[in-house]
Amino acid sequence: MQVCQKCKKQNATVHLTEIVDKHGQKRERHLCNNCAVEDGIMGPQAVPVPLNQMLGALIKAQPAVQELASLACPHCKLTFVEFRNTGQLGCPHDYDAFEKHLVPLIERAHEAASHHVGKIPRRLDEPRAPADDLNRLRGELNKAVLHEQFEKAARLRDQIKTLESQG
Amino acid sequence: MTVSDLIGKSGEWLRGSGPMSDIVISSRVRLARNVAGYPFLSKATPEQREELTTLIRSNVDGAATAGEWAYIDVDQLDPLDRQVLVERHLISKPHMDASGSRGVAISRSERVSVMVNEEDHLRLQVIRSGLQLHEVWDEIDAIDDQIEERIDFAFHPRYGYLTACPTNVGTGIRVSVMLHLPALKLTNEIERVFRAAKDMRLAVRGFFGEGTDATGDFFQISNQTTLGRTEEEIIDDFKHQVIPKIIDYENQARRALVHDRAVALDDKIWRSYAALCYARTISSDETLMHLSHLRLGVHLGRIKELDIAAINEIFLLTQPAHLQKMSGTRLTGEQRSAARAECIRRRLGRI
Repeated sequence: MQVCQKCKKQNATVHLTEIVDKHGQKRERHLCNNCAVEDGIMGPQAVPVPLNQMLGALIKAQPAVQELASLACPHCKLTFVEFRNTGQLGCPHDYDAFEKHLVPLIERAHEAASHHVGKIPRRLDEPRAPADDLNRLRGELNKAVLHEQFEKAARLRDQIKTLESQG
Repeated sequence: MTVSDLIGKSGEWLRGSGPMSDIVISSRVRLARNVAGYPFLSKATPEQREELTTLIRSNVDGAATAGEWAYIDVDQLDPLDRQVLVERHLISKPHMDASGSRGVAISRSERVSVMVNEEDHLRLQVIRSGLQLHEVWDEIDAIDDQIEERIDFAFHPRYGYLTACPTNVGTGIRVSVMLHLPALKLTNEIERVFRAAKDMRLAVRGFFGEGTDATGDFFQISNQTTLGRTEEEIIDDFKHQVIPKIIDYENQARRALVHDRAVALDDKIWRSYAALCYARTISSDETLMHLSHLRLGVHLGRIKELDIAAINEIFLLTQPAHLQKMSGTRLTGEQRSAARAECIRRRLGRI
């Protein structure tokens, strides 16, 4: 049995792993009941904390999750969490506001594709050759990935990168 | 045009003509579009919803290729009339059940409709009888262009046309083909269709579309992904790969039935014909089953005195809201079954 790190007398019955900074640096603490109460880790009576509350608190303590929980669109104020609950976005700006978290979902729903090919509004449809090429190459890349032609996909990806860096 | 003007005739997509119409009931394409500068509907205020209906309503008419348009204010509509629009595939069930300012613009032929303030600000739809996907695409593409001359749609250089739900983003296209596959059902080979569809990442649904089971003999097959492929590529897959394969399966099964089980086949067809001719009360499920056999009988030349358009019309007119609309009063389930049987007998010339 481990001895309490604080009073060094009693057996440690409270074992705590704290995440002390945003890099996920952990600190372990082992305390006896009394010292835990003293440090405000536990209430005076050992009221069992409901598991869901505990998990909720743990999740909130994760910086990444905290960031996700507070993520909201500056235009329509929809939070990412609300979107995950309803599946409905609030406004066109959400696609940029939630980009990082949305792209994996979009790729999952569309056979790994995340770039539009096909019709574009006439008002934007100026004869811009590089953009057209990019569109076409992205379409081919999507197809290559779909058909598991990975060598072709790698080649296409390089071409797209070159074009993108020129643009 | 009011909803009452629609009753009594069937929409163009039920004409029963067009290529492959012995197996392909209809071809449909819909496009999801949103007006730039407005939030999607979940975040739109009632005032913004009103603005959107006014804006879209007054600009849809500009799509002249569709001919004359009629606009129906779904919000102000009697519940029964809303259901009529659903049964005619002019609006979706969610659009019927929603609340707030919303509507539908319909072309005179009922081939084109634009739902206003459904899940997206606009849901354009073109539907035709038989396998006519390229014709349908050309038509909806032109209408989309004409509306876009007047209204800017939300568009993103990377994600394409932006939609309220990311599963529709990109082209915003949903291609659906309604198929009648009675022989595959009778020979227990319908699984082949589900497998073929699954391989191509397509969804299979029942006669009434989204949210309905793929039971019975009618199936709706549609694409699920809208991003990463052009509209033409998606349509070509249907036209050149998926649909010909399924038509081929069904035709094989039909030939096998005629060749190996002709007596059983005729028994099935003629019993269904008899039930429809003489039943005094009949449910919609039973009607659908018998009409399916009857349709098969006509296409196989086993029944000669009926034409497909007449049978297709019965599909439409025997649905609950149409029955009630025609009888001019609300009916209980039991009364509907009696009215349905009577309607069928009348259409088949038995009354």
